[in-house]
Amino acid sequence: MPHSLDALERQLRAQRARRRSRVTGLILRLLVYLAALTTIVVLLFIIGYILVKGIPHISADLFDPTYNSQNVSLMPALVNTLLMIVLSLAISVPLGIGAAVYLVEYTGRGNKLVSLVRLTAETLTGIPSIVYGLFGMLFFVTALGWRLSLLAGSFTLAIMILPVIMRTTEEALKAVPDTYREGSFGLGSGRLRTVFRILLPAAMPGILAGVILGIGRIVGESAALLFTAGSVASIPTSVFDSTRTLSVHMYVLSSEGLYIDKTYATAVVLLVIVLLINTLSAIIARRVTKG
Amino acid sequence: MAFRRFYAHALRENVAHVLFALAACVSIVAVALICVFLFWSGLPAIAQIGPLEFLSGSVWHPEAGRFGVFTMIVGSVYVTAGAVVIGVPIGVLCALFLSRFASRRVVRLMLPGIELLAGIPSVVYGFFGLVVIVPFIRSSFGVQGMSILAASLVLGIMIMPTIIAVSKAALDAVPDHYYEGALALGASHERCAFRVVLPAAASGVMASVILGVGRAIGETMAVVMIIGNQVRLPSSILDGIRTLTGNIVMEMGYAAELHREALIGTAVVLFVFILIINILFSLLKRRAK
Repeated sequence: MPHSLDALERQLRAQRARRRSRVTGLILRLLVYLAALTTIVVLLFIIGYILVKGIPHISADLFDPTYNSQNVSLMPALVNTLLMIVLSLAISVPLGIGAAVYLVEYTGRGNKLVSLVRLTAETLTGIPSIVYGLFGMLFFVTALGWRLSLLAGSFTLAIMILPVIMRTTEEALKAVPDTYREGSFGLGSGRLRTVFRILLPAAMPGILAGVILGIGRIVGESAALLFTAGSVASIPTSVFDSTRTLSVHMYVLSSEGLYIDKTYATAVVLLVIVLLINTLSAIIARRVTKG
Repeated sequence: MAFRRFYAHALRENVAHVLFALAACVSIVAVALICVFLFWSGLPAIAQIGPLEFLSGSVWHPEAGRFGVFTMIVGSVYVTAGAVVIGVPIGVLCALFLSRFASRRVVRLMLPGIELLAGIPSVVYGFFGLVVIVPFIRSSFGVQGMSILAASLVLGIMIMPTIIAVSKAALDAVPDHYYEGALALGASHERCAFRVVLPAAASGVMASVILGVGRAIGETMAVVMIIGNQVRLPSSILDGIRTLTGNIVMEMGYAAELHREALIGTAVVLFVFILIINILFSLLKRRAK
């Protein structure tokens, strides 16, 4: 009976196809889970390895106020990192916020200047830190004659984090409801007052998140600082002194290769700082989303 | 009195307007300055060496006045390709996991971890490569260890957070009815994810890859620490090589005159690469919208 044989064959083929698709599905699912697992394992391994190797070597002399080849203290580098953060932010935050206010509050869509600013800010985001370093060396260190210094380093970093601050502030300002603006204008206050009294305070958590992102980049940066701030391991007495941040300190230590244990310990301190920064930004992000 | 207050007010508003506009122009000025200073110092050197000799010469011998960056271009391309091979599949699949497979609790646990991965400074990655990956390669292949493979592995890990974050955003943005439609036609969840959601997010995923390529080609410190920095064409991925970024860091500290300008020329080559990548990225992003 050819009729039922055909039917049987069809049935078998369908069954096989179903099984095959179940197997493919299983493989695909496995791949996805494996990728996620790999990411987690890599993260835990890197963090765990550094912590296990580094924590036993954290000692009091690592935090001596001055650096010498006996104690390999990271204290000056830590202080320098703080100075670098403060100075870079002092330059970058006002400019970034000002630029974002201009883009969001003062210009309409389709403005030529606005699109040029956007384009250049995007370009700045993509430029590698070593190119910033070379530019800083050519412009701030040599052309302006600031030599290898805290000031040259922080100006270089300020340009580097400018797009970050700008973008986050822009997003934060855009998220402020128009009713705020209308309410403020309706009560008779001008644009300037609206910006400073209403919009910026409302956008503050978002701006803060951007600032923290910027701090993270400053802490992690080394290539841009090597040829702009140099690598002197002491606390500067003026902004024209050469300084070494913690990341640069760690690079110098690991390329000297003499104090492997201390390098691990320094890596632990760097990781802890990064962890603190991330936690802080997570807390702020939660506040932003909750409103 | 009222007039005076009005004028003072208008003046303040106008001054503020101008100041905000000036702040907005800073990024334009910065890009212009970077271009001018880089090209101004780099291009004359390239012209003096000869563009062809500079780009295609594989001899870098500053003392003898030979400046060819071909090996470094090859080096940068190799490690970037290696990073893509390692980082992209894992990154994209991980993004798919976070976007379509994981429960909300798992996502909440994993995201901070991925952010941490993004926040680890490149020197720490480089150091990790130096003390873990390089010795591992040395002992398992019986070679020196500082190699393209080591750099590719570390760079692959370093670009993963970028790829995950951007891909996840693209995958999350795929409308639910795509997925539901496929499901209604009888496709399994996996099939929906791979054959419908992933292709729908293709341009966003591509953008994440390009962003990753940009990061990999520009990464300096982590690579310098683990790639050996020899100026020669490699015969296998277990050989060391020098990248464009590495060339700058290795020699800028003591270079002078033409040597120094040739190093800035190296940065010009790198900068042009980055500009091309940026243009590709913004084209893709426009298409994704």
